[in-house]
Amino acid sequence: MNIQMNITGKTDAQAALGAYSSTHHVCVRVPGKVQLTKKDESASPQWAAEILAIRDRQDQVAFARLFQHFAPRIKGFLMKSGTPADVAEDCAQEVMATVWRKAALFDPSRASASTWIFTIARNKRIDVVRRERRPEPEDLPWGPEAETDQEDALALEQETERLSKAISALPEKQRNLIQRAYFGDLSHREIAEETGLPLGTIKSRIRLALDRLRHEMK
Amino acid sequence: MSQINHHLTDALLMAYSAGTLPEAFSLVVATHISMCDECRARAGSFDSVGGQLLDSASGEALSDDALAATLRLIGGAAPEPRAPSTRRAPSTFPLPLQDYVGGDVDAIRWKRLGGGVRQMILPSSSDASVRLLYIPGGAAVPDHGHRGTELTLVLQGAFRDETDRFGVGDIEVATEDLEHKPVAEPGVACICLAATDAPLKFNSMIPRMLQPLFRI
Repeated sequence: MNIQMNITGKTDAQAALGAYSSTHHVCVRVPGKVQLTKKDESASPQWAAEILAIRDRQDQVAFARLFQHFAPRIKGFLMKSGTPADVAEDCAQEVMATVWRKAALFDPSRASASTWIFTIARNKRIDVVRRERRPEPEDLPWGPEAETDQEDALALEQETERLSKAISALPEKQRNLIQRAYFGDLSHREIAEETGLPLGTIKSRIRLALDRLRHEMK
Repeated sequence: MSQINHHLTDALLMAYSAGTLPEAFSLVVATHISMCDECRARAGSFDSVGGQLLDSASGEALSDDALAATLRLIGGAAPEPRAPSTRRAPSTFPLPLQDYVGGDVDAIRWKRLGGGVRQMILPSSSDASVRLLYIPGGAAVPDHGHRGTELTLVLQGAFRDETDRFGVGDIEVATEDLEHKPVAEPGVACICLAATDAPLKFNSMIPRMLQPLFRI
């Protein structure tokens, strides 16, 4: 990566981030663009495009946008899991650096961008906060074609959208239980004994995911 | 691969996805997922719940320097190319397990437990323990109950207990409600990966006395 400085002495990424923020601000004030701003902030497929742009073109502008969206959320997520603010900040930076380095491992037909980044953040927490190793399942073999299956990526995106809506539509109490499980407030025994967890909602996408796996294994 | 009939529970998958399982349990979960498409798909669903929570989390402001600091961490390096994928021969141990054993089945350093039963304790964090167990065909594991949770994943052969038959890839999730006496099926020895978050409770005196000695 060749970090080019522009006239103001900022890197492309920093300049882009500044430009992004000011555009964002303008959007809020111009009624016709409010919709666009909202879309920018949602879990939209654009984040997959940003990661692929990093992989293919080392696109710093794309990285800056990804950073703007995810880095504060990673920090917030880690702090809610009991990580001190300074450690959470360092971890968020390291997670985003890993997103850059491992961009070639991202496959939008297997996981959405936010899911993939979540797994990196989770592993960072285990590594840094708990100082443990995390055994990972072996990877499925990659197909002979390096290109992502567009149809699968689209299907996954729609499922993710549905899951996201289903979770936000849950009663407060159930959503809260899920959060407690993921923020590390519930042990596996407590999860097993907890009858209020909306497992049906979570499992709604399993059948499709399984079909996709079988399709990939052929 | 043989048909897998006994799968991971939702609670284990959710805790694995959340990153809160003891390392010993994570090893059993990762090894089972490596053998079982269905649980791989289920694990993916639990990961996407995590992704959704991350995406909808309220952000915490970063230091002004955060992006520049991250770019310094990257240090101008290009993203790493994807390593060519290799396929493990189905007759060998799944890779997460090979990582802990230091190789495949021939790398195991067995210790005798008596009655032909052998074990190898694998390294893990101290909140739970994990071991490989070798039970000769037709032999029994001393009958025991549990104080905590015990996960037993079959890697070779099969065993039966009061609840069912467990073949290659099957996982038994036992809690203190279950007192069982697993017996390996006649024929090929049964090799299992077993993890527990509390010492096992043996029902007869002799194994109880040996327990500190063998760390089971």
